[in-house]
Amino acid sequence: MMSQVSAHETHMMPFAKVINVAKRNPIWLVLVVLIALFSFQTPYFLTVFNLSNILYQAALIGFLAVGLTPVLINGNVDLSVGAMVALSACLAVSLQHIGFVPALVIAVLACTCLGLLNGIIVEYTGVNSFIVTLAAMLGVRGLAFLYAGDTSLSSPTSDLMELGMMAVGPLSATAIVFVIFVVVFQIMLSRTAHGRNTYAIGGNRAACENAGVHVRRNVIVNFAVSGTMAGIAGVSMAAQLGAATPSYGAEYELWAIIAIVLGGTSLQGGRGTMIGTFGAVLALAALRNGLNLIQVSGFYVLVILGLTLIIALVLDRQFNRE
Amino acid sequence: MKANDKSSQRAGEISLSVNGISKRFPGVLALDKVSVDVHAGEVHAICGENGAGKSTLMKVIAGNYRADEGDLVFRGVKIDLRSPLQAKELGILLIHQEISLVPELTVAENIFLGSLPYNRMGFVDWQQLYRRTEEVIAKAGFKLSAKDIAGELPVARQQMVEIARAVALQSSLVIFDEPTASLTEAEAKALFDTIRQLKENGVAILYISHKLPEILQISDRVSVLRDGRYQGTLQTDEVDENAITALMIGRHLENPNDRPASHPGDEVLSIDRITVPGFIDQAELSVHAGEILGMYGLVGAGRSELAEVIFGLRDSPDVSMRWHGKPVKISSPSDAVRLGIGLVPEDRKDHGLILDMGGATNMTLPALRAVQHFGFISRDKEVRIFEDYREKLQIAARGPFASVRTLSGGNQQKIVLGKWLSTHPDLLILDEPTRGVDVGAKAEIHRLISELAKAGMAIIVISSEMPEILLLSDRAIVIHNGRVTRELPRAQLSEQTLVEGITST
Repeated sequence: MMSQVSAHETHMMPFAKVINVAKRNPIWLVLVVLIALFSFQTPYFLTVFNLSNILYQAALIGFLAVGLTPVLINGNVDLSVGAMVALSACLAVSLQHIGFVPALVIAVLACTCLGLLNGIIVEYTGVNSFIVTLAAMLGVRGLAFLYAGDTSLSSPTSDLMELGMMAVGPLSATAIVFVIFVVVFQIMLSRTAHGRNTYAIGGNRAACENAGVHVRRNVIVNFAVSGTMAGIAGVSMAAQLGAATPSYGAEYELWAIIAIVLGGTSLQGGRGTMIGTFGAVLALAALRNGLNLIQVSGFYVLVILGLTLIIALVLDRQFNRE
Repeated sequence: MKANDKSSQRAGEISLSVNGISKRFPGVLALDKVSVDVHAGEVHAICGENGAGKSTLMKVIAGNYRADEGDLVFRGVKIDLRSPLQAKELGILLIHQEISLVPELTVAENIFLGSLPYNRMGFVDWQQLYRRTEEVIAKAGFKLSAKDIAGELPVARQQMVEIARAVALQSSLVIFDEPTASLTEAEAKALFDTIRQLKENGVAILYISHKLPEILQISDRVSVLRDGRYQGTLQTDEVDENAITALMIGRHLENPNDRPASHPGDEVLSIDRITVPGFIDQAELSVHAGEILGMYGLVGAGRSELAEVIFGLRDSPDVSMRWHGKPVKISSPSDAVRLGIGLVPEDRKDHGLILDMGGATNMTLPALRAVQHFGFISRDKEVRIFEDYREKLQIAARGPFASVRTLSGGNQQKIVLGKWLSTHPDLLILDEPTRGVDVGAKAEIHRLISELAKAGMAIIVISSEMPEILLLSDRAIVIHNGRVTRELPRAQLSEQTLVEGITST
C-alpha cells in the first residue's frame, strides 16, 4: 500500500546533495575524472589558458547542442544544423560589403527561416523529423555550394576577425556567449511555460493536445530556435577563421547529438537538461584537447572518442534502468 | 485457511493447488501465504483491489515470478517454474490484458507462433498450418479466418486469436487477466461463451476482473485477496456484489444512491446539431449547470468521438452549439479549455497523463498561465495546487514532482481529475471515469462527481457501465446506431429503459 509521504523534499546533507546531482548528471563526474586524468599526464592541461581554450573549442558544437536540446526533448531531431553552419558562415563572409551587422543578421535569420521551414514541414505533413531534416541536411548543404561555389570565401574587411578575437581576460567572447546561452536555455526549459510544454510534448503528445497545449507552435518554435543557434554557430565559425567554405560544419550535427545524448537527454523525448548537455559538450572538448596535448594521433582520437561514447551510454543505461 | 471444497462435487479434480505462496518485493510483501485450489472444469475468479496481489499471484502461477515461499502443485505434481515458457509447456497459459500478437502476421501464424509445422525440406508447411488452424478455430467455435492479418482484426477478434492459442497448446489451465477491458458487451458475451466452451472441455480457468457483475455471471467460485492476503473463497451462486465487495475492502460501502434530486441551473452547453462522421448523424443534446448528464451506449457507438468533437479534438462537417446561450465554434482543445471545458479521456495513460512527470506538473499543464509569475513558472504555486487537490481528492502520491507512472489506476485518474478541476471548468466531460479503477477509488470518484455537480458544475459522464449511469445521472441519453434513441429524466431511469435504448431500431 502506498502511504502518504510528506510533500516537502527531505532535507539532505550537502554531501548527499552532491551525490544526487552527480547521479542525475553523470557526465559531470566524467568531466571531473577527465580533467584529473589529463592534469596528471601533462602540466599544460590544467592552465587557465588551456581551460579557456577548451571552452572556446567547445563553443561551436555547443551552440548547436544548446539549440538542438529542446528539439530532442520534444521527441524530434534536426540533422540539418551542420549544413546551416556552412550556409550561415558563407553568407556572413560574402555579404560583408553590405555592412557588418546586416551581414550577420541576414546570415542568422536565413537559418532561422530554414529551421522554421523544417518545423512547419514536420508538423503539417506528419513526416518524421529524422527524414525531413535528413533531406534538409542535403538540400541546405547544396544551397551553400550553389551560393559560394567550390571555393573558400574570405572577408574583405577585418571586422569579422576582430569579432572572433574579442575576449574578456583569458575568456574569448565566443565562450562567454556560449555560457550565457546555456544559462538562458536552462532557465527557459525549467522555468517557462514554453519549456514545460517542450518536456510535456516529448512525454506524451496526445495528452498535451488533450490539455489544450499549442503543440504545433511549440515544436515549430523549437525548430526555428535550433536553426537560429546553427546560424549563430556559423557566424562565430566565420569570425574565428575570418573565412568560410561551403564544407564547414560537416558532421557537426552528429557531435551535437552525441553530446546531447551523453548529457542525459532521451532520444524518445520527454527528458533532458541543458546542464547535462553543457557538461557533455565540455567533456567531449576536454577529451579531444587532452588527447591532443599528450600527442595521441588524430586517428586514435576518433577511435577513443567512439569507444568512450559507447561505454558512457552503456553505463548510463545500467545506472538509470528502473 | 483453505478454500472450502463444496464445488468439488460438481467440478473435476484439483488442477492446481497454490500452497502458502509468499512473494516479497523490495519494501512490500505482495503475497502473504496465499493458498487457493483451482479445479478442472471450473471458472475461478480472483478479486481484489489494485495492489491486492492478484497480478503477482497470476505471474507466479504463469512462471513470470518465482515465489519466495510455498509451492504449486499442478495436476498432482509439485512444480518449480523458472520461466513462462516452462509453464506454457506444462499447460499453463496466461492471457494478458494487453494483446500480444504480431500484428503483421496471419491468424494462423500467430496461433502457432513458436510451434509452426515444418515439412521435410525445413520450410513452413502452410497447408498443415491452415488445416490445424481451422481445426482449432472450429473446436473453439470462433468466427476467425486463418489467413486474416491479425493486426487488421477488431480487438475482440484479436483476443480470440490469443485464446485459440490456448486451445492449440492444449493448455489445461488458462488465466484471463481483465479480458473484457476493451470489449463491447456483445463481444464480452461471445468471450463468455468461449470460456464456457473451454470449461466444458475440462480446462481450469482463473479469471481476474474488476467488474463484479461479470464475475457473478461467469465464475463458479470467487477467491478474494486483500493486501496480499487470502480473504476467503465464495460460492458464486450464493453471494451478491456486496458480499464480494465487503471482503475486498474489508468494510461495507455506503450507498450513494440516496441523494436529493438536483435542481439544474442555466443551460451551459447546448448542441442544436452535431454530426460525428462515421458515428453519429445529427444528434442534439444540452447540459445544465449542476446537472449530471449520463451518456450511455455500447463501445464503438461514437460516444467518445462525440466528446472529441465537443472538445475540438475532432473535426465535424456539421455542428452548431451554444455556450451559455451564445453561438460558439470550438476548433481546438485550447478553444475548449479557454471557454471552460475539461475532458477526462477514456484512456488516461495515452491521452490523460504524462507518465514521467509528477502529479503537480501534470495538473498544471492545461493552465500554466495560472502558476506563472512574471513569465516564469512558480514551483510554490504548483505545489500549492497539487497539495490542494491531493487533500480534496485523497490522492496517495509520493510527492508533487514524483513520476505518476507507478501510481495505481485510481490515483492516476484522480490526478487527471485534479488537472481539470484546477482549470475551474464550467463543464466537465468524463469518458469512462472509473475504468480500471478499484472498487474503493471508484466509490470516491463517484462521490466526487456528485459533489462537483452539487457545487454547480455541468457534467457529462460517458459510460458503458449501466450501474454507473444509473447511479450518477440526473438525466441520461442513450446513443445507438448513430442516433440519440432515448432521453431519460432521472424518474424514468432504469436498466430496462437503458436497454430499450440500445435494442430499439
